[in-house]
Order: sequence, then C-alpha cells, then structure tokens
Amino acid sequence: MATAAKTNEPWRWTIAEAGEKLRAKAISSVELTQAHLDRIAAVDADVHAYLLVTGETALAQAREADARLAKGDDLTPLTGIPLGIKDVIITQGVTTTAGSRFLEHFVPPYSGTVAQRLRTAGAVTLGKLNMDEFAMGSSTENSAYGPTHNPWDLTRVPGGSSGGSAAAVAAGEAMGTLGSDTGGSIRQPAALTNTVGLKTTYGRVSRFGLIAFASSLDQIGPFTRDARDAALLLQQIAGHDPRDATSANVPVPDYTAQLTGDIRGLRMGIPKEYFVEGTEPGVTAAVQAAIETLKGLGAVPVEISLPNTRFGLPAYYIIAPAEASANLSRYDGVKYGFSVRNEATDLIDSLMRTRGAGFGPEVRRRIMLGTYALSSGYYDAYYKRAEQVRTLIRRDFDAAFTQCDFIISPTSPTVAFPIGDRVDDPYAMYLADLFTIPANLGGICGLSMPGGFSAGLPVGVQILGNHFAEGTILRVADAFERVTDYHTQWPTLATAKPKAKKAASKEK
Amino acid sequence: MTATTHAPAETDYEIVIGLEVHTQLLTHSKMFCPCAADYADDAPNSHVCMICMGMPGVLPVVNQQAVEYTLMTGLALHCSIPELSKFDRKNYFYPDLPKGYQISQFDLPFCQDGYLEVEVEGALKRIGVTRAHLEEDTGRLLHRTDAYGTGFSLVDLNRAGIPLLEIVSEPDMRTAEEARLYMQKLRSILVYLGVSSGRMEEGSLRCDANISVRPRGQKKLGTKTEIKNMNSFRAVQRALEFEAARQIEVLRAGGRIIQETRGWVEAKGITVSQRTKEEANDYRYFPEPDLPPVHITRAWIEEIRAKMPELPDARRERFISDYGLSPYDAAVLTDDRAWADFFETTVASVTTGDPTTRAKSVANWVTGDLARLLNAHGQEIVTSKLTPAGLAGLVNALDAGTISGKQAKELLERAFATGEQPADIIAREGIAQVSDVGALETVARDIIAANPKAVEDYHKGKGAAVQFLIGQVMRQTKGSAKPDIIQPILVRLLDALKG
Ligand SMILES: [Zn+2]
Repeated sequence: MATAAKTNEPWRWTIAEAGEKLRAKAISSVELTQAHLDRIAAVDADVHAYLLVTGETALAQAREADARLAKGDDLTPLTGIPLGIKDVIITQGVTTTAGSRFLEHFVPPYSGTVAQRLRTAGAVTLGKLNMDEFAMGSSTENSAYGPTHNPWDLTRVPGGSSGGSAAAVAAGEAMGTLGSDTGGSIRQPAALTNTVGLKTTYGRVSRFGLIAFASSLDQIGPFTRDARDAALLLQQIAGHDPRDATSANVPVPDYTAQLTGDIRGLRMGIPKEYFVEGTEPGVTAAVQAAIETLKGLGAVPVEISLPNTRFGLPAYYIIAPAEASANLSRYDGVKYGFSVRNEATDLIDSLMRTRGAGFGPEVRRRIMLGTYALSSGYYDAYYKRAEQVRTLIRRDFDAAFTQCDFIISPTSPTVAFPIGDRVDDPYAMYLADLFTIPANLGGICGLSMPGGFSAGLPVGVQILGNHFAEGTILRVADAFERVTDYHTQWPTLATAKPKAKKAASKEK
Repeated sequence: MTATTHAPAETDYEIVIGLEVHTQLLTHSKMFCPCAADYADDAPNSHVCMICMGMPGVLPVVNQQAVEYTLMTGLALHCSIPELSKFDRKNYFYPDLPKGYQISQFDLPFCQDGYLEVEVEGALKRIGVTRAHLEEDTGRLLHRTDAYGTGFSLVDLNRAGIPLLEIVSEPDMRTAEEARLYMQKLRSILVYLGVSSGRMEEGSLRCDANISVRPRGQKKLGTKTEIKNMNSFRAVQRALEFEAARQIEVLRAGGRIIQETRGWVEAKGITVSQRTKEEANDYRYFPEPDLPPVHITRAWIEEIRAKMPELPDARRERFISDYGLSPYDAAVLTDDRAWADFFETTVASVTTGDPTTRAKSVANWVTGDLARLLNAHGQEIVTSKLTPAGLAGLVNALDAGTISGKQAKELLERAFATGEQPADIIAREGIAQVSDVGALETVARDIIAANPKAVEDYHKGKGAAVQFLIGQVMRQTKGSAKPDIIQPILVRLLDALKG
C-alpha cells in the first residue's frame, strides 16, 4: 500500500532503497535531489531544519553522481544520495556558522575530512543544518538563527544540539544527515524525532574540520531513518585520519555485513542506575517493552551496575565548558568572524565587546563556567576531580562490558518538550543529557533508535556498545527494527499533537 | 663623628641569577602543521595555513622531529626523560596568538633535572637545568601609524607555530659573567646538536633572566626582577651587572625591590620597569585534549642518543689529546661547532709535516689571520669564502717552501676576499717562491756587481751590509725568495770575492 506513495515521494525512501533504484537507473540523482529540494521548500518554513540550502551546488553534485552512476564504476552506497550536514562541520566555500552570530559570514577556505569523504563517496550535499550555538544545548533553541521545530509537534523542540540534523531526517528533508555528539547531541535529538542517531566511539571518525566544542568528547555521527542506513553512512566516514592525532588507527569493519538480524545469545546489560525516578512513565514503558522485544529475539538480559553514573552530569559540566573556554578563545575578532574592533578603544575593549556581542547567553555561560573551573585555586577542586570521575566512569564501562555485549537504557528521560519551556532553567535543560553523557565520558559508542511513542511523541531507546563495537549495536537496532514498525512512522508536521502511531500517516 | 651604621658594602651582597632560554628548533616544518619553518625574510603571512592561523575546526599534529630535538637536547644537558609526557594549553589573549592559547607543556615536560658545566676562573661550575619543554612560538605584531597619526598593529603569523624549546635553569649563577658563560655554553651545545641556529640577534635564541640579591649568608632569596630584551651575550652580562648594582643600591639605601619585569635598554645601558607583577597572569593550564600523551620508550631514547654528535666538551678534550693543541686553542676552536668543523676538515687536507705541526699550523691560521678577517668583515666562518680546502692548499705550499710566510698572508687575504683557491693563484701568477739556488745565485751575483759600496762595507766587517743586499735580492725577485735561503748564497759569494 505504501509503494505508490513512496514512488511519488522519493524522500520517503531509505538510503538503501534509493541506492538500489539509482544503480538500477529507476531514478536519477538529479530527480532524487530535486525531490528533496522540493520537500525542503514545502516544509522547512515550518521546521527550520536548514540554515542554508545549497540547491544549485546539490544539483551540480547530483549531475556528477549521475555521470558516475552511468559509467557504473567507482560507486559507493552513497553515490547520488542527498544528505545534510550539521553546520558545525567545515565545508569549503560554503558558509559554516556553528549556529553562531560570530561566524555568520564565515566561508571556510578548506574542507573537513568527513565532508571530503562524503564528496569522494559521491554523496550530494543539500545544505547546512541548524544547531545550538557551538553545539551547546539540548533543544536547538540556542541557535542564533532561531529554533528548529520538531516535525512531530511543531510547538516542541527537536532536541539538540543537532536538532536540525534530526528534524531534517524526520521530516524527509534529507535521506541522512551528519551531526556531532559531545554529551548526547546526536542521540537525544534522534530520540525526540523518531530517527536513528549514532554517536561513534571516540577516535572512530576524524574531527578534522569539526568546529570544536569539547575536544575530548566531540564525535561526528549519522542520523538516518534506520540502522542499515546508519551503517552505510558510517562506513564512508569512519577510519583513521593523520590530520587528527586523536583518531584511532583501528581497521574499519564491514558494518552492513554485521546486520544479520541474529542477536541470539548477545548479553543485554540493564544498568539499574538508568532506570530511576524522574524518567517519564511513557518513556520507561517504551524501554521496558523494547527490552522484552529484544529478549524475544534471543538477547540475554544481565543486570549490571554503572555506579558512578550520577557523577557523570556534574563532571561533564566541568570538563566540557573547560575545554570549550579554550576552544572558543580563537574567536577574538582579529582574524575572521564577528568583530566590533573598529568601535573599540583598545585591545582589551575590542576583545570584551566583540566576545560579549558575538556569543549568545548559553555560550557565554559555559565560557564563564569553564574559565572558572580552570582558574588557579579551583583547578584541583573542579577540573581535576572531574577528570577523576571520567576515569571512574570509564572503569564502570570496562567492567560492564565484561558482563554484557551491549547496554540498553532510555535515551532521554522525557519526550520532546515545548519550545521555550526550559530556556530559563539551564539545569532542567542539562538533565536532558543525563543518560547520554556517560558514553561521551567513557569514549564508547552508542545509538538511539525509535522505540515507540508516548502520547504521540517519539521515545528513543539507547543502545551503548564497547569501544569500536558500532557493528554490534547496529546489529541490535537492525534486529529490533525487523520486528517493529516505529521507525517507519512519519510525523504529520502539525502544530497539534499528532495521533499516536497511525499507519495511515505514511500515506497522507 | 664617623658613622657606625655603614650600609653594607657591595661585596656584602650575593647575586642570584636564573635564566629562561628560548630557542627555535631547526625543523623542516612548524610544530603542529605542515608549513615550512624557515620563514626568514619572507613576506608577512606567506608561511601560514588554516592550522597555524587558528581557523575553526583545525587540529594540531605533533612534529616528531621537534620532539626528537627536544629529547636530544635533554640528553645533552644530562636531564632525566620521563616515560610519559604531554602537552598542555596555556590560555591568554593576544593578537599574535591565533588560537587564544599556546600549546606548551606544564607539569610533564620532556626534560627535567639536568645540568651543564661552565669554566669559571679555571674551575668547572655546574649549573642546574630545572626543565626543558616544547611549545609553539607566537606570531609577531608590527606597529604602524596611519596618515592621521593613529597607531595600529599588523599581525604577521609566519613565526606562529615555529617549534620553541624553553630551557629553564636553576638560580645557580652568582655573577653576570657566569650567566653569560652559561648562555654561551648552552648555545654551543644547541648548535652542536644542530637543533638551533643559535642566533641571538635574530631572536631565534632568546634569553630572559630572573635576578635577585641578598645579604651574604642569608638563606632566603631576595625579591627578584625579570630582565628581558637582552639580544647578545654581551647584553646579558651588561644588563645583569647593571641590574645587580641597581638592586644593591636600592637595598643599601634602605629601599625594597619591587617584583617586576624590566627591559634592558642597550643604547643607554640600563634596565627600565616594564610591568609590575600586581596583576599576575593566570594561564589556566590544562591538558591539550587534541594531542594524546607522548610515550617515550627506552629504545627511542637510545636511538636518539646514537644520533647525537660529539659535544663541545668531548671535542675539546679530543683536540688536546689527538692534535696536541693547547687547552686554550682547543677551547677557542671547539666553542663553535662550525669553527671546529672548519679546523678538522682543513687539517685532514694538509699533506705536509707531522700531524702535530700540521694541526698547530692550521690552528694558528684559523684562530689568527682568519679570525681577524672574519671579525673585521663581520662574517661567519660557515659563509667564509676561504674554504678548508683553500687553507689546506695554502699551508701545503708554505710548508713545501713554495711560498713565503709573507706571501701566504697576502694569499689568505686575497682568497678570503675573492673566494679563489690560493693554489690556483700561485699557479696562475707564478708567484711561487724562488727556491732554485742556481737562479738565485745569478741574481745575487748581479746585485753584488751593482753594489760595490755594500760589498766593501761587508768586507770591512759591517754585517748590516748583508741585510741590505738581501733586501736588494728580494726586491729583484719580487719577494718570492726567502731571506734564509738568500743569506747563505750571498755570504758564500762575498767571502769568495774577499778570498
Ligand atoms: Zn601552518
């Protein structure tokens, strides 16, 4: 029944489906790209996922891809596939703002490694996606260019900081997108938008060309509509990069080959510290149901403990702002970007006025937090202790992964919350990342997959894996998707609360 | 009445000096990016890339050669090298610092607890090296004034990201002279290792000093000042002599020293206050998250040790034992690696005489005439037009008696000025010394015949007449005949006439 609609609406296809059709010449990349540009034109005024749509460039890239497809050699599963990129990833010649007023007119003179790899693979880039300024936030409300709206309820946030990347995939405005995850910035918006979001193991994907928020935590990863597409995207962007000293020289496995559908005997760690009061009942219920489904597929439940989980959030809000306070020092109005130096009386005045006016309030808050935490006399009490917590959390995960093969938990304690609800309460906003932060501190991989709905809003289930075990967690998600249909649901893009999982919504 | 409360004499104070030396490392590329490190006099901002300009999204990659040079220096300074080292961020804002932080090292430097030895009044003195760590240099600001008289600054980032090694001494120096000797010795070692050009005047080698004074016998250190802007060895000594005297004078007058940074003003020969320490900088050091810690294996250290060249102290000893040079000559020749190399290459090409005479002769030429010429023309031995092969040819010709000592000196000057090989000049201009006794005898007979008065004087017993005749023969042969060869010929001919 969905077939007719899907043929008319190629933006509903998965990357895997579109790839087959491209290679079978059932559609051209130009047609596929145009379908997405049309979709963006139709819905992005409501969603505001994109900061910049590069339509002409995209069509030119699509024509190149079509030529490559016509020759039939040097093809990748991404050749001709239209994708979107979070605006924190550097793209040569294409304005890259990181959601900040500071970089409003910044046109990078180089491309980052990941952007280069997508081009080499023959992917088409539709444009740059909205985000919280410098990736600091959990709602995309901190963008200097206005919030992104959740396609499942336009009055609600899509999560953040990669809210644009999540919403674009959820609304059919890209077949897949790239985001970045420092404390949950891929997984939490994926959970809130019914998409798959994968935070890769630290070192798996090059950070060269990723505008830094917190260097020891930042990782790039994909948003897609299912686990298979995530595997296809990851395959092209993963691997060692000599330009990133923290990128790991670990072989990249064939990820789709691991999507066997068979998870019998895999040990499923259920951490008691992640099933606590404060999580919405609808979220808990969906995750419990997912646990039952996975058990039914042969996964073996194991009670585990990650005792230092509760220290994760405070440690993160020391380490990440500390690193950010240095990473953002380069924005001084001297070399590029926003500057009011011509109105300033001297150097200090120029710096203070430029940085005071160029950054939004959340970025300024975190620079102050970080600067304070690193200050003489406070370093031992804050930064050093936070680093000790990081070590403890790593040990928690090391111990846990001797007992289990993956860990299951809620991604976010809540479903999408209304725009404006938490902007005046940073602490409530920070709690959105309670379950996602430990994976960043531990450097391990994790994903969020569609796990059902609570009052019509998507619930994400988080699957965490050991270092470089992306293949394992993708296999779990893929197996789950084979027996559920949550990931195939589409939002209505209405401002009213949508009806809970209506299959009819597919055909609207 | 005579004062019983005399202020202490100048000698009643002890001077305490520690030095912080920075040297750029002679690597091919910059510390964290692929830009060529040799920017010399190139146009501003022509040796830059998105990494050393601090563009958004860039990452540093450690220059392995810079790390090896650092470890090599640490070994030469008898430092202990930890198994694990790391980089840290030093945070401060300045337009010459593109990232707003400098990648440096804080609590785990590559080298710690070493020393070097200097000779003070004939005795060896050991000066402790607290640490040596690797960091990146900053860019440079050029201050200008526009047509309306308003000042502004231009930023040149060619220097930004050049590997910089900081070597910090213990406060072990007690005189300004010791500080200069330490600095000279350190430069000598760095240049021997090939890790530094050692050029203070160009700023590739820089020195800051911490200096304080205290009454002799007092344990507690006095309040120190930091002296900057000393661009030569001489400046180091003069600045510290001045500053020590200034501090003693303040204390003797009952004043107290203010902890501050003072700049050396070469032209006036004084230090002046630049900035007081009231607003002490908090650099908020923390580990550089973009760079994993560096593991230093014993095998790597041994590999580096095996690559190390002979150091100045060892070479001086060898010059004394192998070449039979005096300790003074050996010290003068080995202080600068280029001089020692020049000497050894020359000696190896000299074919005449026994090894000791050869070495002594070459040493005399190098430390004498050549040094004088280099000094007079403000040149360096490495760029000298007189090459070791040229000097060896000169020494060979002199030892063979082909040319006279006077001719040798002239040839040396000509070779120095033009770059021609002395041996080529000798061959082309036929200025080989007349050592053919038969040819000389003919000349001598002519001279005797032309100077009957002198002959008569000689026969009357006036010895000076011979000197006159020798001079005449030399004039006739245009100086190509040696007096000690002419003299016996003349005497023989004159005595024969008398008989
Ligand atoms: Zn560079």
